[in-house]
Amino acid sequence: MHESSKRWYERTYDWVESRVQLADFVRDSSAHPVPSKTASWWYVFGSASFVLLLLQVVTGILLATIYVPSAGQAWNSLEVLNHQLPLGWFLRAMHGWGSNFMVAVVLIHMMQVFIFGAYKFPRELTWLLGVCLLLMTLGMAFSGQILRFDQDAYWGLGIGASITSRMPIIGDQAVHLMLGGPIIAGATLSRFFALHVFVLPATMLAFAGLHVWLVLKLGINEWPTPGRLVRRETYMKEYHELTHRDGIPFVPQAIWKDAMFAAAIIFAVAFCAAVFGPFGPTGTPDPTITQTAPRPDFFFLWIYSALAYLPPSVETPLIFIAPVIGLGTLFALPFIAGIGEKSWYRRPVGVLTLIVVAVGLATLTHLGTYAPWSPHMTAWTADEIPDRLVHGSTPLERQGALIFKAKQCHNCHALGGLGGQRGPALDTVAAHLTEDQIIRQVIQGGGNMPAYGAALSPPEVTAVVAFLDTLHPPNQLPATDASRSIAETDKPAFKEPVESTKP
Amino acid sequence: MNSDSDLKHSQSPVSPAHDARVQDRRKFLFKLSIAINAFIGLLIATPVIRFLLGPLRPKGAYDSWISLGKLADFPEGSTLLAFFRNPTTNPWDGETGNVACYVRRQSNDSFTVFAVNCAHLGCPVRWFPQSQLFMCPCHGGAYYADGSRAAGPPERGLFSYAARVDGDTLMIQAGQLPTLANQARLKSPGDCPGRSTANTNFQLVKEIAPCTKAPNAGTNEPTIG
Repeated sequence: MHESSKRWYERTYDWVESRVQLADFVRDSSAHPVPSKTASWWYVFGSASFVLLLLQVVTGILLATIYVPSAGQAWNSLEVLNHQLPLGWFLRAMHGWGSNFMVAVVLIHMMQVFIFGAYKFPRELTWLLGVCLLLMTLGMAFSGQILRFDQDAYWGLGIGASITSRMPIIGDQAVHLMLGGPIIAGATLSRFFALHVFVLPATMLAFAGLHVWLVLKLGINEWPTPGRLVRRETYMKEYHELTHRDGIPFVPQAIWKDAMFAAAIIFAVAFCAAVFGPFGPTGTPDPTITQTAPRPDFFFLWIYSALAYLPPSVETPLIFIAPVIGLGTLFALPFIAGIGEKSWYRRPVGVLTLIVVAVGLATLTHLGTYAPWSPHMTAWTADEIPDRLVHGSTPLERQGALIFKAKQCHNCHALGGLGGQRGPALDTVAAHLTEDQIIRQVIQGGGNMPAYGAALSPPEVTAVVAFLDTLHPPNQLPATDASRSIAETDKPAFKEPVESTKP
Repeated sequence: MNSDSDLKHSQSPVSPAHDARVQDRRKFLFKLSIAINAFIGLLIATPVIRFLLGPLRPKGAYDSWISLGKLADFPEGSTLLAFFRNPTTNPWDGETGNVACYVRRQSNDSFTVFAVNCAHLGCPVRWFPQSQLFMCPCHGGAYYADGSRAAGPPERGLFSYAARVDGDTLMIQAGQLPTLANQARLKSPGDCPGRSTANTNFQLVKEIAPCTKAPNAGTNEPTIG
């Protein structure tokens, strides 16, 4: 075609292309053949993760036009975003929900490539970069939670500092480095802002770029077939044959599913943002407000649960050794199991490991949503004792019920499903503890219950035990000490106690 | 526009000097340029690292004695929430520069000042005067009125600030977030005479050391026999 017959945009394109010379690269990359079975819905999570990363960058930049990274002002600027700027709440919600979706999709992507054996030769480095990207995604989620500078963020930092302080020898200085000073304050927020806005996103984009580059250069992982083993000597040749004999061009035959899923994910983020709104901020980050029950964001609930259940004696070693083992395993995986079987039908250890880890994390997360180990700090004033439990009770028993409330017993012990779950529910306590046992438990505590001997007067103990002794099923008598009735009715068998056989 | 289409295929100009001496010199200069850049990089890295390590201070350097209020503000036998401004703050710290603590006045001149931070993972413990307990909302740590551990995951009692009475003012030594790293001091098992400092009721020592000339001293001798 003659130059002058071209339209203005064609001429512009030619002018740019003759300089950047990207057309061949783009054409080759798009048309590169992929194994036909990889044009599957299972292969969409990687591209969706990248799209979500870009969404986070865009919404993050928009939020940064308003957000003030100052400990004294950050919370107020979030309130302005939420309530005063048109659709500021929606952008905050997009960024917050985008973060949740991104962590979820990255985790699904990781599970998928693990179960498909994609980390094996020659894609070891792709896996290592992916593990780093997962860690950085979690780092972004944690630092993002801090930038939402509210009570949860403040005390979340406190928990982070407490964990850091347990490092042997350097703990004290490591805390100062993490906080940027002696306490959680302006310097802390500023350094997490720098991490969240500059360091981590730039590193993530670079790593993600390299990650995608490796996928282009090495080809997408083929669909695993039982019995087709990965061998270092023959794999490249086999893969080349697979893509050229049974291959399809990536664009458009495979990419349309990626594009569809990306659109669906972005729509889902926007939908959740519009329907459920932004996350917080909760109360102001004022450390003098102790009337707070801090909770981490969803994706860190499992850590919160694990820390509640670890026995104190192994807590500190486990906090530092478990992540090293876990991350070490992830990094070592492609070198331990870099060749051989890819199919999940022939990898029982891999499949079982994935199931155990997934069920474990899900269970801990579920426990974290209602935290049965935490006292309900307001149960003693907020929760009621069900009517049926005090119906027809004597004045003493009723006084005992009042003491049960007034002395915060309800914060840890549930009655009729209301109250804390830290200790056992007491609805039927009299059916399995005798009066003496209840008295002993109240006064001396034990079994992870504080001793109330000093906090209760003897009449108060009498009253609360009288109340607790009424708590048994209607068809079941309260537990009694068999020896007690004998002692009350019969005379003792021996006038004097049996002498010790010891000299 | 012809020149544009030529760009893609244009060759770099032919080097005028091909002889080995010139090439050797250029290779040497290239290596030298790398060495110089490495040196300059190190030179710049040193102040950068020093800057990044800025928050590091010698142990206790952040702490100073500050006033917590008049003695009359704390009635005898009570445990009250008190606030102070951290001794080192920046103007933009806002309310995060404030710190809360619990003041327990056992007798006229006997004070214990507890940190609000749970000894487990630093969550704010809440004081319940009715049951005389501190309860932590995070993992269920509980402490008695004297700060000793009552239940839950904490390995030790509540952190406390050193306190003294200065005239009619209660002074505490504070300045950094109390954590296991700076507060993991063990309480002396015995009340050694002469060890407790004047004006304080603290028997906090760096490590457990046997009391010298204790009236009811334990013995290291075997008790069997």
